[in-house]
Amino acid sequence: MSSAPRTATERTKLPYCHESFHNLQELRHSASLANKVFIQRDYTDGTVCKFQTKFPSELDSRIERTLFEDTVKMLNNYYAEAEKIGGQSYIEGCLACLTVYLVFLCIETRYDKVLKKISRYIQEQNEKVYAPRGLLITDPIERGMRVIEISVYEDRGSSGSSSGSSTTSSSGR
Amino acid sequence: MHLGVEEPIRECQYNQICTHNSSPMDTPHTKKKKIKRKWQVFPGRNKFYCNGRLMMAKQTGVFYLTMVLILVTSGLFFAFDCPFLASNLTPAIPAIGGVLFVFVMGMLLRASFSDPGVLPRATPEEAADIERQIDATNGPSGPGYRPPPRTREVLINGQTVKLKYCFTCKIFRPPRASHCSLCDNCVERFDHHCPWVGNCVGRRNYRFFYLFILSLSFLTIFIFAFVITHVILRSNRTGFLSISVFLDGCTVLEVVVCFFSIWSIVGLSGFHTYLMSSNQTTNEDIKGSWSSKRGKGNYNPYSYGNFITNCCAALCGPLPPSLIDRRGFVQPDTPQPAAQTNGTGACPSNQVQSHMCAQDQCIQSTKFVLQAATNPLLHSQPVILGGGAALQAKTSLGGPCSTLGPSQPSLPSSIPGLSCGGELMAVRDSEIHCHHHHQHFISPEETPSPPAALPCATHLGHHVHPAQLFDPASQDSLHEDSVRGLVKLSSV
Repeated sequence: MSSAPRTATERTKLPYCHESFHNLQELRHSASLANKVFIQRDYTDGTVCKFQTKFPSELDSRIERTLFEDTVKMLNNYYAEAEKIGGQSYIEGCLACLTVYLVFLCIETRYDKVLKKISRYIQEQNEKVYAPRGLLITDPIERGMRVIEISVYEDRGSSGSSSGSSTTSSSGR
Repeated sequence: MHLGVEEPIRECQYNQICTHNSSPMDTPHTKKKKIKRKWQVFPGRNKFYCNGRLMMAKQTGVFYLTMVLILVTSGLFFAFDCPFLASNLTPAIPAIGGVLFVFVMGMLLRASFSDPGVLPRATPEEAADIERQIDATNGPSGPGYRPPPRTREVLINGQTVKLKYCFTCKIFRPPRASHCSLCDNCVERFDHHCPWVGNCVGRRNYRFFYLFILSLSFLTIFIFAFVITHVILRSNRTGFLSISVFLDGCTVLEVVVCFFSIWSIVGLSGFHTYLMSSNQTTNEDIKGSWSSKRGKGNYNPYSYGNFITNCCAALCGPLPPSLIDRRGFVQPDTPQPAAQTNGTGACPSNQVQSHMCAQDQCIQSTKFVLQAATNPLLHSQPVILGGGAALQAKTSLGGPCSTLGPSQPSLPSSIPGLSCGGELMAVRDSEIHCHHHHQHFISPEETPSPPAALPCATHLGHHVHPAQLFDPASQDSLHEDSVRGLVKLSSV
């Protein structure tokens, strides 16, 4: 009959395949999504965007603590730079106010520029550090800057039992 | 939960057999499945225009009134008063008036049409992860056990702040965020929902709102002053009787509109200047979150210390991006064809297509089933408990927005409880609702130690009913979704 797949693991890999990791073909074809780890926001400094650097236990066997912490700290630095209130932001704000904010039709805000930097950084980290370890980081902007979502993949060859946390979570986003 | 998984699988297999025999009319349909933009599937109650570029609340009637008032008054001023003033006094008057008018309209449109800082709802995985964490913290609950309200405490600059869980968005709200029940969204740094602007006022559009009311107060004072000047000058020259009736009517209209607007708008600007200089939101001020009356050592942890820095930060700080990506495309849940080879079958392509179609529906159905399964559990308690602790995020409470306009010129409330109570009655009756929506736990959680808050609490008792009115409404939409999902399941 039809070899209709249907273990939860194999079904779950399908919706995530296209999720912004086009260059990581190997991960897509040879691995299946096992789990998703969420790094929550750290609000101790107020409402600025900052993520917790606490190392999640699920990643214990997958990646070195220092590498993970470096990534999160770098991201936190980028966000701090984007939200920095200083000379440049004042100039941008005053100029925008004077032009009834029409200037933003022509130029990009500083925040947008930094967000682009962040997404390039995440892509680079994924390619160099995380994908070789079977992990993938999702850009926080795609999750409303609430969490850093790290997808944990397992080799197809290994046992298909997932760690159980993700439901058939087929919505994909 | 796993039941939900297996049923769709069975359904999928059944469907495979079905569509193999039926006409392949489904396949062209699935091939041409239209990719939607995210604003078209946005879960909140918002209206979108220009293919997702502009975003407003659902009720925009009062916004059009605002536009009409400003346009008509300014139009009359420029048409009938400016020629006289330009020729008799100075042409700078219409010039300045023009600049003010353009600024006012620009800020109004910007405040009305931009995303106030809506937080997107949690993905199912995130929601499940949070649920697990909550269960781990609270421990397993029996069937009759009422779980404690979901809160997290965090220390911000030495002040303990409670983060509340939003049942609709399935997230722990960041500090200063609140759920607007009119728009059914969580909004960052939620100030209030303003019907005059037709949108929520939050992190991303507070500065536009503030500049709008500030420039509008200058404009109304400007128009008022120069209309009076015009009338005085004209009457000095020619005497009252020779002023044409038509001009009189316009003048009267302008004067009346400006007079009433000045009181409310200038008052509102003053209030918001105070809020901005102390880095508070209307929401926090009305709740008295950082008031010293709440207790010794209660201070605003977000304030930068001096009012200049606070103002600069609010007006000239960086403009954060919109988190909801309105114009992005919804990622279709299409599975990879390569991974779907089913081996046997006379028409493998058809089977793949139908299989993909089934997959899609299975995926959607599973989502709805899961939602349907979880939602009653999440939302049944608020209805049962009524005024109890775990009220859903729709509870509307708090004093009215001070932008109710001419009828209610409100000033900063130094006694939040009393003003809250007094004005609640008025709001309840008025058609134009300006709500400060935030989840408010009435009894056990918040211990209203200062007596001023008690009148507020007692008035709240009367307002459980309107609060509950919101619950069925939101429940209806959820049930609608669940029912839709179940219907889809059965059709598959």
